[in-house]
Amino acid sequence: MSDHSITVPIGPQHPALKEPAGFMLQVSGEKITGVSIRLGYNHRGIEKACEDRSYIQDIYLIERICGICSHSHSTAFIQAVEEIAGLQVPPRAQYIRTLVAELERLHSHLLWLGVAGHEIGFDTLLMYTWRDRESVLDLLADLTGNRVNYGINTIGGVRRDIDPAKIENILKIVDAVEERTKYYINLATEETTLIQRLSGVGALSKEDALRLGAVGPTARASGVARDVRRDDPYISYGELDFKVCTSDQCDVYGRTVVRLLELMESFSIIRQVCAKMPDGPVSVKAPRKVPAGEALSRYEAPRGEDVHYVRANGTDRPERVKVRAPTLANLQSVAKMLEDRYLADTPIIIAAIDPCFSCTDRMIVTDERSGSTRGMCWDELRRHGIEWYRARGIDTTRIKLALP
Amino acid sequence: MGIGKKIMTWARIKSPWILHFNSGSCNGCDIEIVAALTPRFDVERFGVIIRGTPRHADVLVCSGPVTRQIRDRLKRIYDQMPSPKFVVAVGTCACTGGVFDGCYNVLGGIDSVIPVSAYIPGCPVNPEAIIDGVVKLVGSLEEGKSA
Repeated sequence: MSDHSITVPIGPQHPALKEPAGFMLQVSGEKITGVSIRLGYNHRGIEKACEDRSYIQDIYLIERICGICSHSHSTAFIQAVEEIAGLQVPPRAQYIRTLVAELERLHSHLLWLGVAGHEIGFDTLLMYTWRDRESVLDLLADLTGNRVNYGINTIGGVRRDIDPAKIENILKIVDAVEERTKYYINLATEETTLIQRLSGVGALSKEDALRLGAVGPTARASGVARDVRRDDPYISYGELDFKVCTSDQCDVYGRTVVRLLELMESFSIIRQVCAKMPDGPVSVKAPRKVPAGEALSRYEAPRGEDVHYVRANGTDRPERVKVRAPTLANLQSVAKMLEDRYLADTPIIIAAIDPCFSCTDRMIVTDERSGSTRGMCWDELRRHGIEWYRARGIDTTRIKLALP
Repeated sequence: MGIGKKIMTWARIKSPWILHFNSGSCNGCDIEIVAALTPRFDVERFGVIIRGTPRHADVLVCSGPVTRQIRDRLKRIYDQMPSPKFVVAVGTCACTGGVFDGCYNVLGGIDSVIPVSAYIPGCPVNPEAIIDGVVKLVGSLEEGKSA
């Protein structure tokens, strides 16, 4: 049926990502027969810019690789620098870093849940989760002084200490958010519309997940129990008790459940961190010049394994910095997930790897070619998906949500 | 001012539809823009609705510095918007290039490519600041300025 196949370009403008992608979908009728991905639209040259700036300046630049997992990137970077410099970071600083890291995971997963809801036409869920997320952002603002790019890390420790009043406040809000999360877990496991809509969509077998190098919740939802926090403990994860959440569903539904269960683990980690918070200084003096050497640092960001490589040459500037962000690792899996699926599933499949999708409606088609290519904007595609499923009896807008 | 123009200005002030465009931002400002649209801040009470296509939009909300690769897209999206159109640069990067100034693939702020009506600095911008910027832009329309 190659005569009838058309090409639907999604993007190439996909500016939400730090690895923005254009997806060219080959479709035959409603079925996707081929996918190709184009990257590089948001390339700013951060790695090169790091070489021209001092280590301290680099922390703030690295933090701005991504606004959602800013703490992930800055922690991964300073871990590498601290390893080269041979710095012993005080335990209290490590605990504060862990606390911020888990709060970041909370806000990121809640954000994802809302975006996933939006993609399947369940906008009420978006509004609910984003409101719950605001209380987590309040905590981050209270703790670090900033809602998004926290700027808490510095080489050799953290920049702000935490006091008992703040810990009390954290525990109070965590309790409230946990209640809401339990409600969302009930919703996900009992609401048939949601289960029908998400089950079997974006299938990725365990073998494919391993072969394509999937990371984070995407891999864990395909039964790959991989989590850097457990496999290669960093900051203070080695002293904390938590389990790695996996699912054998291998689809978007599994990814939703894994993220929800991870939220519950994060609540437990935050409580442990608050209870065990050691006394002592929050930073040690770091040298301005870092001795020659190299280090690789791994970090389990909300989206998966984040890898930073730093090479120092004895000056106050790094010689080379390399970042491998989790979305890049997961994009190959997306191509696999899209194959043989319906066009209507595209938005939720792409959103399900959480490709730094802070907000939707930003896939804007500006490429309009003649002939067999038909332009489709993200919004249009999303509506198509919602209508397509509604015509088949799955209507997420009919789900009633309880007021908190 | 004729009656037709008055009606148009009134309609424009009551429903500034926006198109959010990320021209190379780190996502920080983007999530804050979405946060501004969700229940805590809710800019929809000013009639602001986010649209998916430039042809429906009155206001182009840009975040991030302009990267070399995105420049032509940004221009094209701006050209596709119907007049009168306004551009709001959200975040320090969108205003001046910010922390990415000097990167080899970054051209600078939004105004290095298209004209900007309102600048909202901050890294990232707080939703309160976004609301303030939107209200000021709408206010300037009311006074009949070209914003």
